[in-house]
Amino acid sequence: MKKGWEGFKGNLWKTDINVRDFIQHNYKPYSGDEHFLVGPTDRTKKIWDKVFNLLQEEHKKGGTLDMDTDIISTIVSHEPGYIDKDLELIVGLQTDKPLKRALQPFGGIRMATNSLTEYDYKIDPRVTEIFTKYRKTHNQGVYDVYTTEMRLARKAGIITGLPDAYGRGRIIGDYRRIALYGIDLLVLDKKNQLNCGRFTMTEDIIRLREELTEQINALQDMKDMALSYGIDMSEPAKTAKEAIQFTYFGFLAAVKEQNGAAMSIGRVSTFLDIYIERDLERGILTEEEAQELMDDFVIKLRIIRFARTQAYNELFTGDPTWVTESIGGMGIDGRTLVTKNSYRVLNTLNNLGPAPEPNMTVLWSQSLPVNFKNFCAKTSIDTSAIQYENDDLMRQYYGDDYGIACCVSAMRIGKEMQFFGARANLAKALLYAINGGVDEVLERQVTPKFSPITSEYLDYDMVKEKFEQVTDWLAELYVNTLNAIHYMHDKYSYERSMMALHDKHVKRYFATGIAGLSVVADSLSAIKYSKVKVIRDEKTNLAIDFEIEGEYPSYGNNDERVDIIAQKIVEEFMNRIRNHYTYRNSFPTLSILTITSNVVYGKKTGTTPDGRKAGEPFAPGANPMHGRDINGALASLSSVATIPYEHAQDGISYTFSIVPEALGKD
Amino acid sequence: MTIANVHSIETFGTVDGPGVRYILFLRGCPLRCKYCHNPDTWKMSNDRLMSVDEVINDIKKYLVFIKSGGVTVSGGEPLLQIDFLIELFKKLKNMHIHTCVDTSGITYNKNGKNNKIEALIKYTDLVLLDLKHIDNKKHIEITKKSNENILAFAQFLDQHHIPMWIRHVLVPGLTTDEKDLKRLKDFINTLSNVKKVEVIPYHTLGVYKYEGLGIEYPLKGVKPPSKKQIEIAKNILT
Repeated sequence: MKKGWEGFKGNLWKTDINVRDFIQHNYKPYSGDEHFLVGPTDRTKKIWDKVFNLLQEEHKKGGTLDMDTDIISTIVSHEPGYIDKDLELIVGLQTDKPLKRALQPFGGIRMATNSLTEYDYKIDPRVTEIFTKYRKTHNQGVYDVYTTEMRLARKAGIITGLPDAYGRGRIIGDYRRIALYGIDLLVLDKKNQLNCGRFTMTEDIIRLREELTEQINALQDMKDMALSYGIDMSEPAKTAKEAIQFTYFGFLAAVKEQNGAAMSIGRVSTFLDIYIERDLERGILTEEEAQELMDDFVIKLRIIRFARTQAYNELFTGDPTWVTESIGGMGIDGRTLVTKNSYRVLNTLNNLGPAPEPNMTVLWSQSLPVNFKNFCAKTSIDTSAIQYENDDLMRQYYGDDYGIACCVSAMRIGKEMQFFGARANLAKALLYAINGGVDEVLERQVTPKFSPITSEYLDYDMVKEKFEQVTDWLAELYVNTLNAIHYMHDKYSYERSMMALHDKHVKRYFATGIAGLSVVADSLSAIKYSKVKVIRDEKTNLAIDFEIEGEYPSYGNNDERVDIIAQKIVEEFMNRIRNHYTYRNSFPTLSILTITSNVVYGKKTGTTPDGRKAGEPFAPGANPMHGRDINGALASLSSVATIPYEHAQDGISYTFSIVPEALGKD
Repeated sequence: MTIANVHSIETFGTVDGPGVRYILFLRGCPLRCKYCHNPDTWKMSNDRLMSVDEVINDIKKYLVFIKSGGVTVSGGEPLLQIDFLIELFKKLKNMHIHTCVDTSGITYNKNGKNNKIEALIKYTDLVLLDLKHIDNKKHIEITKKSNENILAFAQFLDQHHIPMWIRHVLVPGLTTDEKDLKRLKDFINTLSNVKKVEVIPYHTLGVYKYEGLGIEYPLKGVKPPSKKQIEIAKNILT
């Protein structure tokens, strides 16, 4: 019996790596209110002040405080770093100083170099030499195999945001495993996975064995990294403080090696509550100390940084890391997964003030305890910093121990991962259908040549037929491109520490996405229910403008006539994706979630038949186009809710802003 | 089948009656309140006609959301289309949906018969009654109409035990006089079925509509009431 397991119930989790089983046997659902919560301690205020000043300095310096130019970031590349060694309860930084950005060239040397030069730093020439002469990067691998067509499609922006020069992210290590089992047991388990009897050395097996070995190395490195901070992670965590520290170190290892587009922390607060409860019962921890630990943990998550180019930041509007923590939800046995620590993690928003990271995500269910619902509503009104997701829907697909990668991608923690695939621009595809596959901005043939529509007015059946033809081509090209990207990512920038915290055999999602759903739905509706006249450029003959005669039902008004069009667009594109082989036999999914990049996609897309002018933003995610939903929020939300989740399993997002006064009065 | 002249629909109304409410805004209003923020609802036009069944079918899409709220009909002055209202509310009550009408009370006739209003209140759970001013002269100045029928309407509702929310728009200079506010409170105190009194601070969010309609804005330069003015009014009225 491990010392760290004293007082814990259950058996299965002791013989197998099974965090969910541990949680189910030991957590205490909490249905009371928030009155047990405490404010920040003086220590917390002091350290947050320090960080706050650094954040302001960072802001003044144009968004980046400091950068590494010569140390290639690995789990053990840096000496220990501190904000304030004497004050910190949870330790560990990505580099030797807070907010200093690490150098991560495995994804691509050019991206790493550019993100330095844009902020007036210069990369050490030896690093450039290593990653051009001796060590191939993910980005190089991808470009070695890209076809001419893929490059052109990428340039035109019909497929866009592809993770071919940056980390794909969207993988959530089960960081809790380190706290529950300690590194030594995890290494033992991985070694057993390697030595599993006789088999044929196929390419798949060879790759898997290499990956498992990499994972073992990563685990050992994590242990060394912790030791450099004077912390021994070989055995299971014995206290709440250790549990939080070990969990954080697991995450820290991940962000030291991967500059991922989204680096979620997972679903840790209820897990950690078990340790806090044990310490509270033993009388070795007070509520104030428990909150202090969570505050300190969250401070660490708030200062996660990556070196990124300004173009990247433009795409994502800001400098996001998507450290998503999934909170609450219901268990499949009907008990709520809300614990006191679900309150504590949200209370950090009160204690430290609102912040976009970590991305606090409440898994919302109709059955959540009413006190917790009220507390969430109150915290939302006070801080505008909580994201809500539909647990009642996702639980059916992912059980009750899933987490959210990035903003809406659900996956079972430690059992599933995804290949992030950015998105295809369907609004542009519609213009291709009209223009015979010639890009309206580049004025170049992008698809194989076919005849454009030449009539004065657009005919619905004709446009639909050509749109299907274009999306047939697009889906194939898109999947092939992603296959190349993820093959190379695995090969040259494998997420060894995150995958070390997964089962041996994982389910992989092949996460495609679409942008411009409401533009296409409204365009097709306009063509079907009103008359759309095409204005063509005299020289190029390309459609450059459209005149809409009459009114058409627009998406976002709970009007079946157009909502069905939107549903069909999603279903049909998903089915086209399903036609193709996906890398490592991954499970194809689709998302509609361009929360910020809709602005950039809009810039790259010409005038569309719905009345949107060239360069104007798309609506975010699955939102109706701005100002076209005229029957209030419920009509708008109901339209979005008709989009079939079974064909958009990687998530459907609706960005909804409202002033608190409009939510009612007391 | 009765047809209504509809201005717009708000599926997520949260301030016009209790809970989440489906709000139907009807066109047409005999008043011309200086501070009106919906001048686009004054005139009847036939842009959007809906039958009772069409409205009911639309409401049915939102039953799950409005189960602890209900339906409010506002305007404009909804009582101008009272035949439609009676039919709609009757059907809504059959469906056990909470009904509310947001009115100025101006169509009530204190010297005549009010058969239709009597028919309507049988199916009405709540009336949001906007009392613009207690002083008749000032009422005429603000709205171009006398308040006699309106005050009589409040008493009529009271006699019939219809729950009311009284609303009073607070406009600096027009409706902020403390003596008037006290008189208004005295009147409200004579009513036994007032569930809530709301002080609604004047705002300028509707000014752009006047420009669009080519109507000169009567309260040019008037600013929303100060926090203190609002507090004073609230202390007197609520």
